[in-house]
Amino acid sequence: MGEVLFTSAVDGLLIGIIYGLAAMGLTLIFGVMDVINLAHGPLIALGMFGVYLLFTILGLNPFIAVILVAVLGLLLGVVIYFVAVNRVIDAPPLSSLLSTFSVNMIIIGVGTALFTTSSYNVDYTLGTVEVGFFRAPGARIAASLVALLTTALLYLFLYRTRPGKYVRAVANNRIAAELMGIPSTRILALAFGIGAMLAITAGGLIATILPINILAGGSYELKSFVIVVLGGLGNPLGALLGGLILGLIEGLVPVFMKTTWVPVIEYVLFVLILLVRPQGLLGAKE
Amino acid sequence: MSRKWILPLILVLALALTLAACSGNQAAEAPKAEQPKAEQPKAEEPKAEEPAGKEVTLTIGFTASQTGKYNVPSTRQTTGLQMWMDDVNNAGGIKLSDGTVVKFKSVFYDDESSKERVQELYTKLATEDNADFFISPYSSGLTAASAVIAEQYGIPMITTGAASDSVYKQGYTVVYQAYTPASRYLTGAIDLLMNLDPDAKKVAFVYENSKFATSVTEAAKAYAEKNGFEVVLFEGYDPETKDFNAVINKIEAAAPDAILGGGHFQDGSTFARQLYEKGTKVKFISLLVAPPEPTFAELGDAAVGVTGPSQWEPAAKYSPESAKAAGLEWFGPTGEEFTEAYKAAHDGEEPSYHVAGGYAAGLILQKAIMDADSIDKDAVLKALDAMDMMIFFGHIKFDTSAEAHGLQIGHEMVLIQWQKEDGKLVKQVVWPKEGATAEALYPIR
Amino acid sequence: MKRLIRPGLLIPLAMILVLAVWPLLSGNPASAREAAFTLIMSMALAASLNIILGYTGYVSFGHIVFFGVGGYAGFWAITQLGWHILPAALLGGLVAAVIAWLLGLAVLRLRGAYFALATIGILEAMKALVINLDFLGGPVGMELHFSEYKRYGGPMQSLWMLYWAMVFMAILVVVVSYLIKTSKFGLGLMAIREDEDAAEVMGVITPRAKTWAYVLSAVFPGIIGVIFFFKNGNIEPDSAFRLHFSIEWIVMIMLGGAGTVLGPVLGGGLYQWLRKTLLTSPIFKDYQLVVAGVMLLLIVLFVPTGIIGWLRARSAKLRRVFE
Repeated sequence: MGEVLFTSAVDGLLIGIIYGLAAMGLTLIFGVMDVINLAHGPLIALGMFGVYLLFTILGLNPFIAVILVAVLGLLLGVVIYFVAVNRVIDAPPLSSLLSTFSVNMIIIGVGTALFTTSSYNVDYTLGTVEVGFFRAPGARIAASLVALLTTALLYLFLYRTRPGKYVRAVANNRIAAELMGIPSTRILALAFGIGAMLAITAGGLIATILPINILAGGSYELKSFVIVVLGGLGNPLGALLGGLILGLIEGLVPVFMKTTWVPVIEYVLFVLILLVRPQGLLGAKE
Repeated sequence: MSRKWILPLILVLALALTLAACSGNQAAEAPKAEQPKAEQPKAEEPKAEEPAGKEVTLTIGFTASQTGKYNVPSTRQTTGLQMWMDDVNNAGGIKLSDGTVVKFKSVFYDDESSKERVQELYTKLATEDNADFFISPYSSGLTAASAVIAEQYGIPMITTGAASDSVYKQGYTVVYQAYTPASRYLTGAIDLLMNLDPDAKKVAFVYENSKFATSVTEAAKAYAEKNGFEVVLFEGYDPETKDFNAVINKIEAAAPDAILGGGHFQDGSTFARQLYEKGTKVKFISLLVAPPEPTFAELGDAAVGVTGPSQWEPAAKYSPESAKAAGLEWFGPTGEEFTEAYKAAHDGEEPSYHVAGGYAAGLILQKAIMDADSIDKDAVLKALDAMDMMIFFGHIKFDTSAEAHGLQIGHEMVLIQWQKEDGKLVKQVVWPKEGATAEALYPIR
Repeated sequence: MKRLIRPGLLIPLAMILVLAVWPLLSGNPASAREAAFTLIMSMALAASLNIILGYTGYVSFGHIVFFGVGGYAGFWAITQLGWHILPAALLGGLVAAVIAWLLGLAVLRLRGAYFALATIGILEAMKALVINLDFLGGPVGMELHFSEYKRYGGPMQSLWMLYWAMVFMAILVVVVSYLIKTSKFGLGLMAIREDEDAAEVMGVITPRAKTWAYVLSAVFPGIIGVIFFFKNGNIEPDSAFRLHFSIEWIVMIMLGGAGTVLGPVLGGGLYQWLRKTLLTSPIFKDYQLVVAGVMLLLIVLFVPTGIIGWLRARSAKLRRVFE
């Protein structure tokens, strides 16, 4: 029993970090501009396909491909911001929900036409790591480490660089930031770009360990919602914690009951946290 | 009632009317345009009595999932049906004894893999496009919705890609199943396991919590228990599951000899990959749907040894000779002819069983029309009831009892296994013995 | 009674009625009926959601949960208890209403994005729960025996009956929606939408008003769910709790104009008609999702108040006519 618990917990944490990375993209965008990005799932899927294509066509190592895909993701995010979000940034929340949802439809529509909804697989392995009774695929450990590294970089960016500080300032109080001479539109676009980049990076990492398809982003989007609420809407570090918690739930709950109860527990917990502690476990922006 | 708003009211009413007219655009215009066509069915019969050379084109209607989660199998199914149609039409159609030549055309719409419009689209097919025969959508859920319309209009429907038994137990009389039903999907795998290793007694069922996979595993569980197996784990997983590590840890704790289950392509291939990456010690794996797909080979070493039931395989040995041996009538092309034709048209890609299922559905319809020697629907239904033949897809015979009318009772699954030959992955048929192309690899790990 | 003879109500009712009788006049009644069924159902669903979303300003994202639970309750009563469709439909509405009331007490305290997220959570939790309930068929769902339609005079008769039931529901929703809008209760809801704290200060008992709005917007989808799934002949968790469909209702409301009586009716009809045209047109078939996405984006960016909102903003005369 102890062994199963330990293995399940570590497995859960490993995947949880990647969930957390994806959710960070969602929460960052919400924190900065109060927009729930409904194109989040399709962006994750784009990251998956970016890595898949670079790996199969150019033969790039998937972990190098992730870096390239992340850069493209940043650009794509900025483009999406100017096309779909900028105009409705001050409109009621419903407008931005729908505009990002239409981006969702467009990406899925194009993606289905290009790739169909069939499953693809990045046939890449780093062997199996064995420590005592614990076994885990090497690629999975590598992917989790990259996700951790990305989180650390995000923090360096937000707290140690000027644009990063601008982002936080705009998140805190856009009007005040504008009065201080911060170019808020450009900073909002940058924040959206980074949010998209995080989602796409997470998608790219997922592609190295799991089979992918164009609709696969949808379920990560839902997981991201749960995580974001667990950690506090608008709090990136909280998202990482939320991801780890979700990973643990997914790893440990099946040890005690049927796997199909996992989503019930997840979503009930999600609603409860919203009701009892809407600022999330770590607290978030007011 | 003030006069102020009468004008706008009229305007809006006009708008509403245009909207109504527009929304029926095709529908409203079509009847006018198709009025002569609408009378066609009636006109066909007198035509049929006229001397030789009369040609009729029958419309086959269906919905396909061009978008959404069923996109791949559904598209393959459509390809198969289209192949059949081209073959028949290019061969000059079906010639009935009264000299009528029957040809086919198809009309289909996108159902988006979702149920909301299935009935609307099938009604449109029945009434506007004057479909003479239906083919089912892909999946049991969508088929259940379309069957209501088929039954209502009395239009014979051949289902393919709809395996759940329950659809055929709802009192329908015009719905006929080409596939082996779900209840017999995994029984072959259990038979093979007993044959390979009488000592293997512990099985784990891990299946997708969906309509299809649940029906299959529940039937398989009963069959396994009847044959003296101990079911050490019986666990469903959410269809959205992306990470199977939690389930795999549970499997390892239960230490079964064999793992049976799976669901659809995505989850099945993920499951197989993670079982391999985790290095789970197991002697036998059999999964639904995913393994027979040619792209399963993308999994590389993780695919080795994995078995899966398949409705049909290019290597399956159904031939005019085996039909003769079984005392059945043979009909249509051989498996090799079908496979070669598909490969030639698709850059050497092997046809999957969904393609074969689509083609088989067409063949069943063709044979029924030939047997009936008529395009009259009642006659065709009678011919379907009486059908007992072998085609490249296998033995075709339908249940005619009131409880399960249209259920497939002739066709049998084959079991495939991925094996490594000279470093390359090849798909071998390992069960039933008569059709096997290789010995089963056992134990696999 | 006088309150009812107003263009604000008559126009949407006329739209529904014209659409409703169109199958009778059409050369192809069955096909027209099926097309009209989808349109009218969407109108009714969008108009129901509009009560909480448009009037009260609470974005209920997972509103389809009431369509699903109502459908399940009714379907269960029909197949397991052998009920007639009429009481079963009422049961569906009742179950949806009770669940909305209980949930409403809790989640309506949340505002803005938090409420929207909570409704998604509720939807997914409910779906996952139903999958685990064996008496509702679990992942397999439930099916209706074809002979069940005989009770209502055969399948053809049943389809017409269900069609008229749907038309009735659409009319009922529009009347209720209009009555709410023109009542003091509706005024309270709109005050909540504009500024909830101010509304409370002004004497609107906001928790009670919001809960009632939520219950009213849930009861109709519950009944409609029973009609829809009975017509389909089966019910499954995936189709009963499909988040995507729920989002489409919001799109319909936005297209027509949120917070108006006519808007959701117009938007529901227009949206479904456009989707179907794209879906069945040979040119757009493969790209229908992309085209729909681009159109939605253009509407949200350039006509954010919807068609009716846009028209109302154009002239005072139109403002008097369109509610």
